[in-house]
Formats: sequence, C-alpha cells, structure tokens
Amino acid sequence: MIELKHISKRFGDLVVLDGVDFEVRQGETVALLGPSGVGKSVLLKHINGLIHPDAGEVWVDRMKVGALKRKELSRLRSRIGYVFQNGALFDSLTVFDNIQLGITDEAASEDEVYCRDRVRQCLDHVNLPPETAHKYPAELSGGMRKRVGIARAIAGQPTYLLWDEPTSGLDPVNADIIDSLVEKLDDELGVTSVVVTHDVRGAFRVADRIALLRDGRIRAMGTPAELRASTDPAVQQFLERDLTIPVAH
Amino acid sequence: MESHSVTLDVRRLVGRFSLRSTSHVGRVSYLLLEMARAVPEWRIWMPRMFEQASNVGYGSLFIVGLTAGFAGAVTSLQAGYQFTGSIPVYFAAGVIVESIILELGPVLTALVLAGRIGARYAAELGTMRVTEQIDALESLGRSSVSHLVLPRVIAGTLMLPVLVVFADLVGIGAGWVAAKGSLEMTNADFTYGAQYFFKTWDLWYSMIKAFAFGLAITIVPCYMGFSTQQGAEGVGRSTTAAVVSASVLILFLDAALAKVLLKT
Repeated sequence: MIELKHISKRFGDLVVLDGVDFEVRQGETVALLGPSGVGKSVLLKHINGLIHPDAGEVWVDRMKVGALKRKELSRLRSRIGYVFQNGALFDSLTVFDNIQLGITDEAASEDEVYCRDRVRQCLDHVNLPPETAHKYPAELSGGMRKRVGIARAIAGQPTYLLWDEPTSGLDPVNADIIDSLVEKLDDELGVTSVVVTHDVRGAFRVADRIALLRDGRIRAMGTPAELRASTDPAVQQFLERDLTIPVAH
Repeated sequence: MESHSVTLDVRRLVGRFSLRSTSHVGRVSYLLLEMARAVPEWRIWMPRMFEQASNVGYGSLFIVGLTAGFAGAVTSLQAGYQFTGSIPVYFAAGVIVESIILELGPVLTALVLAGRIGARYAAELGTMRVTEQIDALESLGRSSVSHLVLPRVIAGTLMLPVLVVFADLVGIGAGWVAAKGSLEMTNADFTYGAQYFFKTWDLWYSMIKAFAFGLAITIVPCYMGFSTQQGAEGVGRSTTAAVVSASVLILFLDAALAKVLLKT
C-alpha cells in the first residue's frame, strides 16, 4: 500500500505540491491525471524516494520512505518498478544489459542462464522480438524504447509499478499498444500501479481509480464512473477535452 | 534614492553568492560522504574503474606527451636565452629538470586533463542526469555513486601521477635534446646539472601535487555533472563550469601546496 500524507514540495518560488494526500491500495491501478507541468511526475518520484518532500510523509508497505537507511531504501526501490517518460535507457549499454540491470536480486543477476531467460521473458511480455536484445537504444524507435523501459522495470519482478507518462509522445496506434500493455501487465503480474498521464482516455481505460491533480492538490479522486459523474466544473472541464467518446472500462 | 538601491543590490548579490557557496559546499560534502560509503561496494566500482583508468591513462598519452615535450623544449630554449655570460651551462640543465618535475609536469598535465577528462565526466554525467538515466539507476535500487562517480574519481586520481611521471620523462627528454641543439650542452653537462640540483623529495612533491590535482579534476566535474539541470543548455553550462572550476582549483592547490610543502 502506498500512502502520501500532506506532501508539499516547492522548487525555488514555485509551489508544485501543496499538501497532497494520496492513497493506493494493494493490487489496484490508480491513474494520476492532470495538465502538463502540474507536478504529476514530481509526485510519482516521491513514492520511491527519488525526490524528498519539503513537508509531509510518504509510506510504502508501512515503511516511512524518508526515514529509511541507504540499504533499506535500496531494497524498497528494488520492489518498485519505474517506467520513465522517455525510457531513460542507458545509452552506452545494449537492450540486454539495460534489462539485466533491472534484475535487482543480487544472486539472480549473477546467474547468466537466469539473466538470459529473464531478459527474453521480459521482451516477450512487452511484445518485442528476442533479437532486440543486441541492439543499442539509439537503434530503436520511440515506442520500442518505451517498451524496453517497461521490460527493464518488470525484470526485477516488482510488487509496484510506477508509470510516468507511458503514452506521451507516441502516435495513437503506439499509445494504444502501450495502454494494452499496462492493462496486460497489471493483470498478469498482479502489481499495484500508479499511472501518471495527461491522456484522459488512456486513464479511463487502465485505471481502477483516477485522481485529478490541480493547483498542487488532489482535486478529485474516485472510480472512472464517479469521476465522470462529478459536478466539479474543474473536473468536467478537464475530462470534456478528451472524453467526447464514451469509453467503457 | 539611487545609492540606496545600489546598496540593496550589493547586499542581495553578496547574500545570493553566500547562499550558493554554502549550498555547493554542503552538496560536495554530501557527495564525498556518499563516496566514502560506497567504497566497500568494490565489486561494483572496481571493474568500471579499470575501464575508466584505461581511458584516462592510455587515451591521454598523446596530448600529455605533446604538451610536456613542447614545455620541456621551450624551457630549454628560454634557459639558453637567460643563462649567458659567466653562468656555467650545467645550471640550465638543473633549471630545466627542476622546472619540469616541480611545476610544469604536474600543472600542465592536470590542466590538460581538466579539459579532456573533466569536460568528458561533466558532459557524460550531466547528460545522464537530464535524460533521467541517473534517476533510473537509483530507481533500480543501485547506487549512482558506486556505479558512476567512484570509478571515475579513483581512476582519474590514480592515473594522474602515472601521467605526470610520463610527462616528466618526455619533458626532460625534449629539454635535453633542445639543450644539446641550442646551448651546445654535452650529455655530461646535462646529467651533472640535473643531479646537482635534484633531491628525492622533489619527486614526492610532484606526486603529491599530481594526486591532489587528480582529486580536483575528477570530483569537481562529477559534482557539476550530477547537479546538471535544464537539458542541453544545462549540460553545456555544467561542462564549462567544471573545466573552469577544476582549472582554478588546480592553480590554487598549486600555490597552497608550494607554500605548505616547500616551506618557502
């Protein structure tokens, strides 16, 4: 379970998060919606301690992230897969080495046979052929890089997956493929997911619950049906832009 | 009214400068602490350190040799210009050898490497920072310091003394050849002059300087690269700042070590 309690964060004079309360229950997929630049990715990075809050507390599995020692934080992070917006692949390493770095169990990462099998499995999960393993990130398209990023995030068999704008910058066909992947992986791997996105349609497709971040706070949170029925003008204004066609969940 | 606003501006500038300096000192100290904590993780940094050491050492031989060779030859020619009249010719050999061992070898090598290695480290780590590769490494539960910083700092710090010895040999060799050509100095004169002024401590002094410069040209660029913000422009800014700061630090360390170690 992930709990963010009264999180505040500012960069210089800019207040990004202003007392955010946010909770993700075990096994569910929560989409965090909001316009670009509102602080969604900043909020996501609080969960695995990549960013520390100025005020407030982050709890994951009843552990206070800010109070963890170096090794404890490292252990926690190894159970949280993080899919970065632009893949964040290590460009000097092949796809194989990138995914192998995602195998966070020390003993497993030194077992060559296990690593080879696991990399192949992960590539298969994200619908990439095994030959991709020998390529460098620069040789891949944007959509393929995102999928390799996903393969790296799931290589360590995490219990949580944090998705940072998984469909941004992709054409509608590739965005659809990634949305299907999010659904498929959440079902197959049984992970708890937080999906940060500004793609309303994608959020309604993959999420059990949706939260809308606006003006540094969670403006609304609920199931897709609850959000669609919301009378809050800010929520309606945001949803109307993309939900002109009803989407079945 | 005008003087009042000027006073305020000066105060603001001083305030900002103090805050930024304190922040840099704090963050560098934190990086040093993280490096100390990462030392026991030798299985991670050791293989990467050898890779970096090969790049710093072998990759810098040409430029270091070229710089030292020209420095030695020019020192020799200038000594020939200055040492005229009744001054014995072997004095020039002493000046050439001592100048190269005590000053030119370590300082020129460090300045060349501040450009070559410092810029590379800052640009590499800066690009990794802005493309979230460092965040990705940390999000996998791996220490970015033991994977990225420690191998670079140790490789650079260990290789600089080796390169300084190489620079000393090339510089003295070039100076010797130039002295024979322009000063008509015999081999016997050169070796006599070189030995007459040489003390073993000079070599130690040169190595201590090289070691200190090695720390400066690796820690500063790694810190600058790690602190990079705002895309390609930020990487450019960090790289420039890394080379300038490392070069200035080398000059300060040079003066400080001369004062402390030579007790002048």
